Amino acid sequence: MRIVVCIKQVPDAKDVRLDPETNTLSREGVKSVINPYDRHAMEEAVRLKEQYGGTVTAISMGPPQAKAILAEAISCGVDEALLVSDRAFAGADTLATTYTLAQAIKKTGAVDLVLCGKQATDGDTAQVGPGLAARLDIPYVTCVKKINGLEDQVLRVERMMDDGHDELEIDMPALLTVVKEINVPRFPSIRGLRKAKEIEIPSYTAADIDADPDQLGLGGSPTWVVKVFPPVPKGERTMLEGSLDEVAEKLTEILSDSAYGA
Amino acid sequence: MLIIDSEACIGCGLCEDNCPFDAIHVENGKAVVNDSCTLCGTCVDHCEVEALSIERDEESIDLSDWSDIWVYAEYRHGKIAQVTNELLGVGRELAAQRGVKLAAVLLCDKAGDAPGQLIAAGADIVYTVEDPALADFTDDAYGNALEDLARKHKPEVILAGATAIGRSFIPRVATTLGTGLTADCTSLTIGEDGHLHQTRPAFGGNIMATIMCPKHRPQMATVRPMVMKANTPDPDRRGEVIAETIAPQRLQSRTRVVRSVLAEGEQLNLGEADVVVSGGRGLDTPEGFKLVEELASLLDGAVGASRAAVDSGWIGYPHQVGQTGKTVASKLYVACGISGAIQHVIGMKSSETIVAINRDAKAPIFDVADYGVVGDLFEILPRVIAKLKERRS
Ligand SMILES: Cc1cc2nc3c(=O)[nH]c(=O)nc-3n(C[C@H](O)[C@H](O)[C@H](O)COP(=O)(O)OP(=O)(O)OC[C@H]3O[C@@H](n4cnc5c(N)ncnc54)[C@H](O)[C@@H]3O)c2cc1C
Ligand SMILES: Nc1ncnc2c1ncn2[C@@H]1O[C@H](COP(=O)(O)O)[C@@H](O)[C@H]1O
Repeated sequence: MRIVVCIKQVPDAKDVRLDPETNTLSREGVKSVINPYDRHAMEEAVRLKEQYGGTVTAISMGPPQAKAILAEAISCGVDEALLVSDRAFAGADTLATTYTLAQAIKKTGAVDLVLCGKQATDGDTAQVGPGLAARLDIPYVTCVKKINGLEDQVLRVERMMDDGHDELEIDMPALLTVVKEINVPRFPSIRGLRKAKEIEIPSYTAADIDADPDQLGLGGSPTWVVKVFPPVPKGERTMLEGSLDEVAEKLTEILSDSAYGA
Repeated sequence: MLIIDSEACIGCGLCEDNCPFDAIHVENGKAVVNDSCTLCGTCVDHCEVEALSIERDEESIDLSDWSDIWVYAEYRHGKIAQVTNELLGVGRELAAQRGVKLAAVLLCDKAGDAPGQLIAAGADIVYTVEDPALADFTDDAYGNALEDLARKHKPEVILAGATAIGRSFIPRVATTLGTGLTADCTSLTIGEDGHLHQTRPAFGGNIMATIMCPKHRPQMATVRPMVMKANTPDPDRRGEVIAETIAPQRLQSRTRVVRSVLAEGEQLNLGEADVVVSGGRGLDTPEGFKLVEELASLLDGAVGASRAAVDSGWIGYPHQVGQTGKTVASKLYVACGISGAIQHVIGMKSSETIVAINRDAKAPIFDVADYGVVGDLFEILPRVIAKLKERRS
C-alpha cells in the first residue's frame, strides 16, 4: 500500500500576535512546528504501513525551511519525504494549495491512501483535505477518529459528527483527514533520527510538477485577504469585591437574574 | 467550454452514453454539445479517439450572470440545524442589500415540512432534492448535488454552517466549482464594491482577517454556529418550493454510511443552552468538578469545560468549549478555574454575560469577563450554591 501524508509547517499558534502598528504578523521569535493534527496523520500512516505493508511518503508545500518537519517525519517512521517549494507558490489560498499538492502527488505515482490532518492551526480552514481529494478525484472522509479495518480495497472508518459519530466504508484509493483522538504519536526512534540526518530530501519546483502557472500562488487564488486586524476587546467589566460573604452574595444576585432564563 | 474536434470524432456515442447531464449527442455522425454541459470531463475521459477537450476561461467570469444568495439547509435526522436559521437571518440582510432573492437548498430523502419551515425562517425560494441516495450524508452525493444546482442556477453567494457536515463537503464543492471559500466566518457584509466581505478569526483567534472573492462566483463561506441572529419564524411568509432532480450517476457515492451513532446523553446540546457553567483545571479533582455540575443544575444550565478539564478525565469531550470543542453563545457563561487561553475564549466570548472566578487576578479570562471574582473557587462556589438553594426554597 502506498500512503502519502501531507504535513504543514505552522507557527506555534499561541505565539502569534498582530503588530498593532503595522498590522502585520510578527513571526519573530515564533517557533515553527509540525501542524499538531498532522502528527496524528503521520502516526496513522506509519501504523497502517506496519499492519498492511507498503511505504509512507510525507509531502509538504512550503519554504525551504519546511525541510525540518520532513526530516522530523522521517525520524518518526516515514519512509521518504518530498518538499514542494517554489516562490511561485507564495500566497496560495486553499484552492491553489490543493492544486499544487495534487500535482505533486500525481508526479510521485499512484497512491492508495492520502492522509491529512483535520486542519492546520495557522489558518484553521480544514479545506485542504477535501479539496485535495476533489482534485485527485478520489473519495474522502473528514474528521476520522478511528480506522476499523481494510479489506478488498475498502476501508472502514469512524468519523466524528456534531451529534455523535458515523461508521463508514470508503473505496480506495481514498483520502482521510484525521482528528487527534485517532492515536498517540510516537517519539522519534534512534534509528529514525540517524536516517533523518542522512537522508537527502528532494525539493520539487513548479516546473517539476508540471504546474500551470496560472493556478499557483496568489494569482491562482480566488480569495484575497483584504484586511487583518486584532480582535476587538470587550468593554468594561466589574470586579466583585468585599468580604467572602459579600462577594458570594453579589455573585448570587447576578446569577439569579431572570434574564438568563434560569 | 467543451471543444469537439470533428475531424477526430468517429460518432461512436461513448460520450453520449456516459454523460451524466444528457448534454452531448451524436447528430449526423458527430458529437454535438448542448447548454446542459457542466464541463465535468466525463466525456473527455471516455472518448477513445481524443476528440474532446475542455478549455476553461481563466479570465474573470461575467459576474452579472450570478445572482441570489443561497443557504445550504442542513437537515439531519428529520431536523433543520439551528445554524441554518441563523444563516437565513444574515442571508435576508445580504439579499436585501444586493436586491436579490434568498434561497435555501434542501438535500434529503424526504423533505416533510422542512421547506415550509425554511420559508418561515426567511427563504424566498427553497430548492429541494428528494432522493433515497441522500438519506445519509456522504460527501460524494451531497457535493455533486450542490455543485450541479449551483451550475444550473448560478447563485452569487453560497453559505453553509461551519458544522461537521458543512466543513466536510463545502470545500469539495468550492474546489469543483473552481471558486474561493472562506471557512468559519464570524461576520458577513456586502461592501460598497458589491462583493461579500467575509471576516474570520485566524491563528486560534489571535487575529481577525477579512477576505473577499472578487473575480469568481459563487462567493462561498462556512459560518460559525451561534454567531448570526436567526429571525423569529413567520408562518405567514410566502415562498416558492422548487423540486429539483439530480442525475442518478451523480448521487452514487464511493463512501457508504454503515451506521450513525448518536452520542449518549448528548441531549445537553451545549451550543443551544442559555446558561453554561464551565470548569477548568482550577477545580483540581473530579470531586471539585462536581461543584460546577451542581451550580449548572441549580441554574438549569449546561456543563462546559476547558480542554484541561476534559484531558484530566473529569468530564467527556462533548462538553469541551473552544477551538477544538464547541462554540457557545449563551446568555450567561460562568467560567470557574479557567485561565482563559485564547483557544478556550474563542469558543465562548460571544456569550452575552460572562462571569469569571479565578484566584489569579491576572488571568486572561478577566479580559473577556463582564463580572470578575478574584478568589478561591472552593470558598466561593459552595457559598453561592448555598445561597441559591436558600433563595429557591
Ligand atoms: C491547537 C490547540 C487547541 C486547543 N483547543 C482548546 C479548546 O478547544 N478548549 C480549551 O479549553 N482549550 C483548548 N486548548 C488548550 C488551551 O490552550 C489551554 O491549555 C486550556 O484552555 C487551559 O485550561 P484551563 O484554563 O482549565 O487550565 P489552566 O490554564 O491551567 O488554568 C487554570 C486556572 O485555574 C485557576 N485556579 C486554580 N486553582 C484555583 C482555585 N482554587 N480557585 C480559583 N481559581 C483557581 C488558575 O489561576 C488558572 O488561571 C487548545 C490548545 C491548542 C494548542
Ligand atoms: N502547505 C501544505 N503542505 C502540506 N500539507 C498541507 C499544506 N497545507 C495544508 N495541508 C494539509 O491539509 C490539512 C488541512 O489544512 P488546512 O485546510 O490549511 O486547515 C493539514 O492538516 C495538512 O495535512
